[in-house]
Amino acid sequence: MTKPLYGLMAEFETADELVHACEAAHAEGYRKMDAYSPLPIEELHHALHIPDTPLPKFVLAGGLAGMVAGMGLLQWISNIAYPYNVGGRPLNSWPSFIPITFELTVLFAGLTTLVTLVMLCGLPMPYHPVFNVPRFKSASRDGFFFCIEAEDPRFDLQRTKEFLNSLRPSDVSEVEQ
Amino acid sequence: MAPEKLETTATAVQTSPEPLVGPGHSYASVTDKISAVPLEVGWPKFWIVGFTIAFMVLMMLLGTITWLLGKGVGVWGINIPVGWGFDIINFVWWIGIGHAGTLISAILLLLKQQWRMSISRFAEAMTLFAVACAFLYPTFHTGRPWLAYWLLPYPNTMSLWPQPRSPLLWDVFAVSTYGTISLVFWYVGLIPDLASMRDKAKSRFAQVAYGILALGWRGSARHWTHYEMAALVLAGMSTPLVLSVHTVVSFDFAVGLIPGWHATIFPPYFVAGAIYSGFAMVLTLAIPLRSWYKLQDFITMKHIDNMCKVMLATGLIVAYGYAMEAFMAWYSGNIWELFMFKNRTTGPYGWSYWSLILFNVLVPQLLWSRKARQNVALVFVLSLIINIGMWLERFVIIVTSLNRDFLPSSWGMYYPTKFDWSMFIGSMGLFTTLLFVFVRLLPSIAMFEIRLILPKKNKGGH
Repeated sequence: MTKPLYGLMAEFETADELVHACEAAHAEGYRKMDAYSPLPIEELHHALHIPDTPLPKFVLAGGLAGMVAGMGLLQWISNIAYPYNVGGRPLNSWPSFIPITFELTVLFAGLTTLVTLVMLCGLPMPYHPVFNVPRFKSASRDGFFFCIEAEDPRFDLQRTKEFLNSLRPSDVSEVEQ
Repeated sequence: MAPEKLETTATAVQTSPEPLVGPGHSYASVTDKISAVPLEVGWPKFWIVGFTIAFMVLMMLLGTITWLLGKGVGVWGINIPVGWGFDIINFVWWIGIGHAGTLISAILLLLKQQWRMSISRFAEAMTLFAVACAFLYPTFHTGRPWLAYWLLPYPNTMSLWPQPRSPLLWDVFAVSTYGTISLVFWYVGLIPDLASMRDKAKSRFAQVAYGILALGWRGSARHWTHYEMAALVLAGMSTPLVLSVHTVVSFDFAVGLIPGWHATIFPPYFVAGAIYSGFAMVLTLAIPLRSWYKLQDFITMKHIDNMCKVMLATGLIVAYGYAMEAFMAWYSGNIWELFMFKNRTTGPYGWSYWSLILFNVLVPQLLWSRKARQNVALVFVLSLIINIGMWLERFVIIVTSLNRDFLPSSWGMYYPTKFDWSMFIGSMGLFTTLLFVFVRLLPSIAMFEIRLILPKKNKGGH
């Protein structure tokens, strides 16, 4: 092995085994690790001690920005840019500005969700070392993978491999950088 | 991958009553079966024939638009007093159809209805394509569509701004937001499946194309944490959005003073009608799709049964709306309202009102019978009838209200021309062409969501 190692990857048959492996590795003191599955598994979130996602905060901020932009735009149009008397209605006839304000709130919040999701996941990232494992293709089909990264201070090729093998995976492979 | 995995789940699925997924499926078989439609089935005969017909109809649309741009909107049958004819009827009809997609993917997600999972993907695609068709009509109805951007507020040399008190401007914002958010929701839902397609694809081109669209998704637990939250948040905001869109569309009428339009019942009645027609369209599309591509394991009789029940419920709300219109015409004591109702039922367009009652209220009562809901051919015919009925509803609302208003001197008849019809039928060509392309290129059922509803036994899951 001349290339530096990204980590060790273990493959499991079922989601329960994967969750168990994550719990065991965390108990063993490993921290730099990730699990890969073809479907969301709520227990992994706890097993890996993943912090709660900050996504809703961004979405809230985006929605509020849309709301302010929407109401601000309409107020500016009707009071300043183009004051126009429509059937004697006041220039600030705010109830009729609500629909557009609402739509812009949703529009900004929705686009923020997409952008935040992509950024928090670190995407787009067409290349990632885990894709070097040939069997990793099945992570999007029916395979459950668990990878302990070489950056982890407790990582030791021999001992980590033994540890992973003790979890009875169907396969353990080295992940090239 | 491993065929023995199939057997382990087979027994588990068969025991549950009315399964949402056919027996004997595993994570692997679900992925293989659904991804095979774009990747392996290739160019089946029904696809080529169907696409060719759809594409020819689309060409008719382009021909009509070319003629329309050369001659102006005078080629349509619209004139005073019926200045809103097929263009607005079709706009409202298409937008309404789109609503079922968002209802299925957003509202049913919040309600944790698992049966939505196999129909959500193509129902969302249907939403997008229906919104695209809907966009055509107001755009070309402006007469000079190359100036349609005047509808948007932007600083210009004329120092003019659109009127924010007008429901027509609300509509611009509602429909464009709806189109954008539907696209975002659909794409976010596709990301994990695009990764599956990338990993399953054999040709280099397909791998690269799906790979670019999948953005490098690798199903990491951290990804899924953000992803699940994003899906929930999008569902949470799409729910009020979808209700607002048809509400705003109904304001286009309800804020006007024309008898037959000026009614407070319009928003809920329009939203229910939208969902009614949308589910009818989902069934119109799902029934051939599942039999052509043999997807009966994923779109089961349970799904069809549930959709029929939603149609029955929303159909009854719509029927209540018709009843209230009649009641209020009498109870309000307003002579114009009363005359409008008489004109609607017994006037020159009386046939359209009574066909509407037949198609939208009477015939769908068959859905009370379980036997009828289990008869796929009958459900398909019913879905077509409801689609026509909902189109007639918009015809009745728009044409019969406009053709005879307050002064008999301003009465007039509306007759659609052949260009009205070719534009309407042509938009169906656009819709079906887009659907054929979608089914050919993308997984039309959400694979990762189907994995979630497979039974837990021997396969983990949660």
